[in-house]
Amino acid sequence: MDKMPGWADAVLVPLISLILAAILSALVIIGIGEDPIAAFNLMVEGALMRSSGWGYTLYYATNFIFTGLAVAVAFHARMFNIGGEGQAMIGGLGVALACLYIPWPNWYVALIGATASAALFGAMWALIPAYLQAKRGSHIVITTIMFNFIAAALLNYVLVNILRPQGAMDPATARFPEATHLPTFQDMFSTAAAPMFRGAPANVTFFLALLMCVLVWFLIWRTRLGYEIRAFGHSESAAKYAGISPVKITVVAMLISGGLAGMMALNTTMGEAERLVMNATEGAGFIGIAVALMGRSHPLGVLLAALLFGFLYQGGAELALWTNIPRELIVVIQALVILFTGALDNMVRMPLEKVFLSMRRAPKPDKRSAQTGPAE
Amino acid sequence: MDFLTLLQVLDSTVRLATPLLLACLAGLFSERAGVFDIGLEGKMLAAAFFSAAIAAITGDVWMGLGAGIAASLALSIVHGLASITFRGNQLISGVAINFLAAGLTVLIAQDWFSQGGRTPSLIGQGRFGPITLPGAEALSGVPVLGPIYAELISGHSILVYIAFLTVPLTWWLLFRTRFGLRLRAVGEAPEAVDTAGVSVVTLRYVAVGICGILCGIAGAYLATALQAGFVKDMTAGRGFIALAALIFAKWRPWYALYACLLFGLLQAVALRYQNIDLGAFVVPVQFMDALPYILTVVILAGFVGKAIPPRAGGEPYVKER
Repeated sequence: MDKMPGWADAVLVPLISLILAAILSALVIIGIGEDPIAAFNLMVEGALMRSSGWGYTLYYATNFIFTGLAVAVAFHARMFNIGGEGQAMIGGLGVALACLYIPWPNWYVALIGATASAALFGAMWALIPAYLQAKRGSHIVITTIMFNFIAAALLNYVLVNILRPQGAMDPATARFPEATHLPTFQDMFSTAAAPMFRGAPANVTFFLALLMCVLVWFLIWRTRLGYEIRAFGHSESAAKYAGISPVKITVVAMLISGGLAGMMALNTTMGEAERLVMNATEGAGFIGIAVALMGRSHPLGVLLAALLFGFLYQGGAELALWTNIPRELIVVIQALVILFTGALDNMVRMPLEKVFLSMRRAPKPDKRSAQTGPAE
Repeated sequence: MDFLTLLQVLDSTVRLATPLLLACLAGLFSERAGVFDIGLEGKMLAAAFFSAAIAAITGDVWMGLGAGIAASLALSIVHGLASITFRGNQLISGVAINFLAAGLTVLIAQDWFSQGGRTPSLIGQGRFGPITLPGAEALSGVPVLGPIYAELISGHSILVYIAFLTVPLTWWLLFRTRFGLRLRAVGEAPEAVDTAGVSVVTLRYVAVGICGILCGIAGAYLATALQAGFVKDMTAGRGFIALAALIFAKWRPWYALYACLLFGLLQAVALRYQNIDLGAFVVPVQFMDALPYILTVVILAGFVGKAIPPRAGGEPYVKER
């Protein structure tokens, strides 16, 4: 009996990690001579108090749900997919090709087609690292890092040399045709009397992201494949003994992961820019790591963490606009969240476990606890 | 391509290979001791900023170097805490360190200098200047060898010579001293080292510390010798190229030198010639940029020899009870 109750593990540990990250972030803000409480109020004001603020918050959250789910699925198979950024870039290429070269009749058919294309391209970009990990034992973290850089070079080449319209200066594709434009929240929820989400980029992709949360939950906890992925993640040798093929699970889990990361590009490319630009991923592939860690790889947790990071992103943009705090503050907060919820997890967990153990022992010091000796 | 152009390309190869080499050897110490480090990039970036900032404020580049090393060491300690003391995930810790450096450097740069996340340009004593080796002037008249000595070997900053001297030093330390034997052992079989009564934790902290110092020099070189000041994200993936070189070199010091020179050459060529026209087809500059990463994947895939990392790499050591 040296375990904490489940709720403490799932909720309390991430919460304390988050509070630690928040305290350090506040200290950073004080360090550069600003007021953390005023800054926080400004962030809330800009991100949550107006519908257009929510429009941006949900737009960013959409990105992070996709990339967070991507990292989470790989985590379940005990793999660290650090290549979400590259997979999303290539996914963007898939979106652009689908939107530019297929004459779609209307947006929802286009969305289905572009989703399939984005997922396919993202999954293909994850296939080679997955295959090398499964068959040749090349460490997936290193190969996916390398594939991020290769993806950036490839995208740069394709945009500059192939997809750039004649005479255009910036490396980007032509604008997508009218039929592929996705309805934004403004189109969906505004009425003539009450304009909502004015000018905000949140669009119908958000609901696709929510759907993916449900599908990933169903996959991981309600299907045979999900069971195999989790079994493989818990113990490779046990999974092998149970007849689960490590090669198959590694490759399939990474394909799903890459596909989810690739779908993130729908939001930025098809939903917002309506053309493919160089920096379409906006670093969301890496934020997915923080989101998955904080969300404990559970779709609900990923959703909540993605909303939090969406808030931080939009709030950070407001800070950069109104104060002397640069947007990079968000990068610092993101780093602290990754550090505390991911790497320094035991720093929070170990003392907490001791507290729970002593609480459990205090009321009835029976002979069992006397025998177990010092806590691990 | 004439002789002088060749010399210039090789000269810039040496200069571009230097930060890679220092970071690569930094990673070598850490990973040989069983601590994976994908935070090389972040440590270099932090060192680049603090060296440039302190050099700009004090006007003394050596103070800058010290500050850079201190900043890099501080991040190393965070990495050590996370991956040695608290047995966390070393890869995640590395990712966090990269982001921490990327964010904090711009944040502090904006606070201190208000120049859009950069430091003022370094002048005079604020930079490491080129060193002319003895006899470079006199020998420059000698055909072929003279220009090679004067252009290629002489005329670099002190940090370049330090970087190249670190290679034999690392080899000697790792393969000819008791400390080196233990350090390698702790990356292969920490339980054996522990059984022999040597502290795994101390050894790993020392390795991570050496890694921090070398990354610090690498970052300081970038900001105070290769360029004159810090700009946002100036490491530009060099920490990851160094990591690639480390795998390419299969965690051995001399091969690390060759790998870094190769990757430095690729960068120098990409910098000088945008697209390379080979007659039959044109090699785009993006391909040259991606080549180190592609080569690393090929090596990792085991098609050209096998890259086997230290056996206990990435695993926190838990003492048996």
